[in-house]
Amino acid sequence: MSQNVIEAQNLTKRYDGVPVVKGISFSVAQGEIFGLLGPNGAGKTTTILMMLGLTEVSDGQVRVLGYDPVREPLQVKRRVGYLPDAVGFYDNLTAAENLRYTGRLIGLRAQECEDKIREALDHVGLHDVTDRKVATFSRGMRQRLGIAEILLKDAQIAILDEPTSGLDPQATIELLEIIRNLKHKNVTVLLSSHLLDRVQSVCDRVALFSQGNIVLLGSVEELGRKVLGGTFNLEIEADGPGIDAKLRAIPGVGDVESLGPNKWRLKTDHDVRAEAVAAVTASGGKLLRLSPEAPTLETIYTRYFRNEQEGGRDAA
Amino acid sequence: MQREGSPWRGLGVVTRKELSDHLSSVRMLVIELLVVVTGVAIVLVSLQQIRDVTAEDPFLLLRVFTRSGEGISFVFVLTLLVPLIAIGLGFDLVNSEYNQRTLSRILSQPIYRDALLFGKFLAGLATIGISLTALWMIVLGLALATLGVPPNGEELLRAILMLFVTIAYAGVWLALAMLFSVLFRSAATAALSALGLWLFISILWPMLSGHLVNVFAPLQAGSADELLGGLAIRQAVMRLSPGALFGEIVTVLLDPAVRSTQQSQLAAMGLALVEPGSIPGAPLPLLQSLLIVWPQIVSLIAGTIVLFVIGYVIFQRQEVRA
Repeated sequence: MSQNVIEAQNLTKRYDGVPVVKGISFSVAQGEIFGLLGPNGAGKTTTILMMLGLTEVSDGQVRVLGYDPVREPLQVKRRVGYLPDAVGFYDNLTAAENLRYTGRLIGLRAQECEDKIREALDHVGLHDVTDRKVATFSRGMRQRLGIAEILLKDAQIAILDEPTSGLDPQATIELLEIIRNLKHKNVTVLLSSHLLDRVQSVCDRVALFSQGNIVLLGSVEELGRKVLGGTFNLEIEADGPGIDAKLRAIPGVGDVESLGPNKWRLKTDHDVRAEAVAAVTASGGKLLRLSPEAPTLETIYTRYFRNEQEGGRDAA
Repeated sequence: MQREGSPWRGLGVVTRKELSDHLSSVRMLVIELLVVVTGVAIVLVSLQQIRDVTAEDPFLLLRVFTRSGEGISFVFVLTLLVPLIAIGLGFDLVNSEYNQRTLSRILSQPIYRDALLFGKFLAGLATIGISLTALWMIVLGLALATLGVPPNGEELLRAILMLFVTIAYAGVWLALAMLFSVLFRSAATAALSALGLWLFISILWPMLSGHLVNVFAPLQAGSADELLGGLAIRQAVMRLSPGALFGEIVTVLLDPAVRSTQQSQLAAMGLALVEPGSIPGAPLPLLQSLLIVWPQIVSLIAGTIVLFVIGYVIFQRQEVRA
């Protein structure tokens, strides 16, 4: 099992006595992409700031790479890269100058700093705007520059606060790809977002926030099973005899619904795409389309609160 | 709770970056032009008058700073303009980091807030120091070229001390402007508040304080002790203004004949301060002059520290979120 690089226990933050983060506990394993997801004002950014030692912890404790951000903030900040929500750079400086300033703050030597700046800007696709003033950058370019800063730092953990917020679909796709690449570079990624479906594709596990609490924690599949009742829909279009029976015989398939001639929807308790393809082939049929309907975080989140409300009403 | 590491880690990096920003900014260019043009114009006018008394005055060079050209001396211009330079540089030092959304990113680097705040202050002070030194050298150069009289050592030392005191005076206003930039997220509000306070302290307070003292502690025309005691109260109230402290210091430093900070007030009343055993009008050694105004110099530095510390405490407790 991977070692945990972030561990929060009963973490609480109160502003003027009002709790905004209410005793949350979670851990993030090394090399994982972990999502802190939930609506605006749910306590995600406050949790991040506590992890970085940028705001005081009211109660509980958090350890990042074994360090206490309250007592040892510099140790944490040396190893953790942070991309704030709507990250800002000095508009009067160029991309390289902004990174050079960060490099000096980190304590990099001049030549090492220059090499790393070039490498980081190459990695995020900003090598052709190295000497352009940041004032001319789009939001997507600023986000990428923020990731370049994390790479410059050789961070072991990247904390990204709302990285896709305000980006157009193309920029979002590019940024998510860069985030995936961070994982390939063995960087643990913790990202927060209120746009659940945009980031679900990159997250290994997520914590769903609501009003300062973590209400759901796990992989999207686990949460789907827990909240949506263990269903995993798969639409199949295939031509051939006896396919219906073969599909029903697959272990884990609960129900097979006919959607028309040669079209079925399978309700399963896990991903059976491989078995479905095998079943169609075994019956001598021809597979025309295979379309998994994976549970979306949006659906899980909405259903969770509907269930909670219904449960509350029933109890009343 | 003990924090790990030095609070000053990154101080040099922050200071260099801020200094570079200041020196290359259009704002600084405008401020420089304003000060240099005004200062040089006044000095040129006063030099015309000084040339007539070249042979009579042993401290001719110092007169360049104090002699009024068309009723305004170079020192008077500094008293008014130095706060404006400091406010111009300091009103958005901290709130601009919030407004550009750079604060949380910079503070997520391995530095403490201490280094960021102190670095910004040092850079501001260094910028003002560079500007004032340049102006000081221009003025001295003009004086040497025009008068053709080389300065003696004491004159030069007194002029250098005046430069340091002016930088200390700027420090008070820079710390005040920085405090407002910590208090107000809007740069315009911070600038207006600082300018309002400057207007009150520099223009209104000298008038208002005189009236207040006349009402609550009118001068007694009795013994010399009563008179001097009354003047001391008047001075104490006036000294709430950094401009008054600066005025007293430079008056004593730039005129070796001045033996007391109350001398100009007595002169305005047609009186003179004669100390037993002293020769009226004889110049004081530099050390003696310095001792007279030492409390005022310390007060200026203390004022800077107090204002900086208030800003520091507030900044430490602020949330980093924009």
